[in-house]
Amino acid sequence: MAGSAARIDAAQAEPTRDAAADAPVIDVRGLSLTFQTADGPVYALSDVDLQVAEGEFVSFIGPSGCGKTTLLRVIADLERATGGHITVNDMTPEEARLKRAYGFVFQAPALYPWRTVGRNVELPLEIFGLSKQERRARVAQMLELVNLGGFEKKYPWQLSGGMQQRASIARALSFDPQLLLMDEPFGALDEIVRDHLNEQLLQLWAKTKKTVVFVTHSIPEAVFLSTRIVVMSPRPGRIIDVIDCDLGPDRPLDIRETPEFLRIAHRVREGLRAGHSYDD
Amino acid sequence: MTSGTSPTTSVPLVGAARPGLLGKLWRGNLGPVLAVVAAILVIWYVAAVLMNWTGVSERFGRMGQEATAGTIFWQTMAEDRPMLPAPHQILVELDKTILDVAPTSRRSLVHHAVETISATLVGFLMGSALGVLLAVGIVHLRTLQKSLMPWVISSQTVPILAIAPIIVVVLGSIGLRGLIPKAIISAYLCFFPVTIGMVKGLEAPDRLQRDLMRTYSASSWEIFWKLRLPASLPYLFASLKVAIAISLVGAIVAELPTGAQAGLGARLLAGSYYGQTIQIWSALVVAAACAALLVVAVGLVEKVVTKAMGGRP
Repeated sequence: MAGSAARIDAAQAEPTRDAAADAPVIDVRGLSLTFQTADGPVYALSDVDLQVAEGEFVSFIGPSGCGKTTLLRVIADLERATGGHITVNDMTPEEARLKRAYGFVFQAPALYPWRTVGRNVELPLEIFGLSKQERRARVAQMLELVNLGGFEKKYPWQLSGGMQQRASIARALSFDPQLLLMDEPFGALDEIVRDHLNEQLLQLWAKTKKTVVFVTHSIPEAVFLSTRIVVMSPRPGRIIDVIDCDLGPDRPLDIRETPEFLRIAHRVREGLRAGHSYDD
Repeated sequence: MTSGTSPTTSVPLVGAARPGLLGKLWRGNLGPVLAVVAAILVIWYVAAVLMNWTGVSERFGRMGQEATAGTIFWQTMAEDRPMLPAPHQILVELDKTILDVAPTSRRSLVHHAVETISATLVGFLMGSALGVLLAVGIVHLRTLQKSLMPWVISSQTVPILAIAPIIVVVLGSIGLRGLIPKAIISAYLCFFPVTIGMVKGLEAPDRLQRDLMRTYSASSWEIFWKLRLPASLPYLFASLKVAIAISLVGAIVAELPTGAQAGLGARLLAGSYYGQTIQIWSALVVAAACAALLVVAVGLVEKVVTKAMGGRP
């Protein structure tokens, strides 16, 4: 695995500061993806245009079947688009994946049950061929970052759902990718845990200055977290509205009662409703 | 709704009212196990009396002796070569052939059991290794799945009793005798459950677990070591328990047609030549005990491995 260390260096060196200022991290133009099924073609994505700049927090929101998860998976090279153009860090998604450009957080924690929390966070570092010493240091640092210090030796089943998802976020961040892709990471958690994790994620984002692409079906979550909200609609999956949503760097949970917050939430809801009526 | 359909559930259990020591044992494992053993013993004795009755009464007849039913009854459990020996006769035989003779003696069942178990273990190791290798190949190469699987399955439809002598003769002609041919027949039988279980185990990781590896651009080798193999271990151990029992059967079967001088199979064969039913049955009891021990041993290894892998207690 001599090549691994070289590859991770390349990933970290990729978004050079001066170039990143104008070139978007993610550039999607006229993207479409059609699944061929036994019941005929399913238009999961149709003519999608989107640019995500460095340091942004972009949410995809929409009803199920609108292609928000599919779009995220195309960015991650877990699905292949059937038409259009997409670059991630000025590379094809496959090249970006091979250079370990992003960390991915799934709907479920997907921790490996036979590994301790620490060893789960260590998993990508092992694959990328980091030295044992550096792996240990990073694991401790990442668990501290998601407030899981001291849980290193626990097994996943000994943790609550929210703690498991935090461990999976630590795992996605462990190799310090500049891009964090999150697919409804808090969808399976109860509201109180979700609020708490939303606050923590916001702090994490402010601290690490990552670019985040976040899929959700919760309007308050999207408005609370994002700098930009992409509203999507199904059949065919497409973008129907893009809403700028900068509530400032300091956002306590109370911000959700302010008029500004409610105005944006209202516009998101209007967009979702418009997408639906178009279908009926 | 449940109380309406089954009114009996509301009647309190008699045993639950006074939980003494016996009651506790009864609700644990011991009670049910003892009950089953007692039932088997009763049925066995009844069967022994019934099956040996005709033989005993005819022999008394041939010798011109008048025998009362009581005499015949007691004699059915004391025959030298009964149709079905009574349990205590087998125990006496086991005592004679295990405790009373040196374990190295040719008359000792320990000697024969060790012979068979060594072939079993060697065959088990070979068969398990083969089974795992086949499974790894089948999971990673689509062509292997299509080309190998039918052979794997059809290999098990061939009666082992038919090919065991062939294997022994062929191997004997190239100078392999003794333990190895027996182990190969064991391996031939026991690789199958390992292959089937291991294929299922290696395919067990769910979509998210596999997608995660893809986001790391992990190689097949890394996916195998860090995901597929650990995920497959519970399936592997379930298969190994089946495999080790089958492996013992394989070793015994291999001893039958080959004129083996030692081993539980040889003992069974010798017993049936000379009509020594008590000898046959005691060899069977030892074989069953060996199988139980081997399965328990695999279970213990499984427990240790599961614990090391953070299994829920």
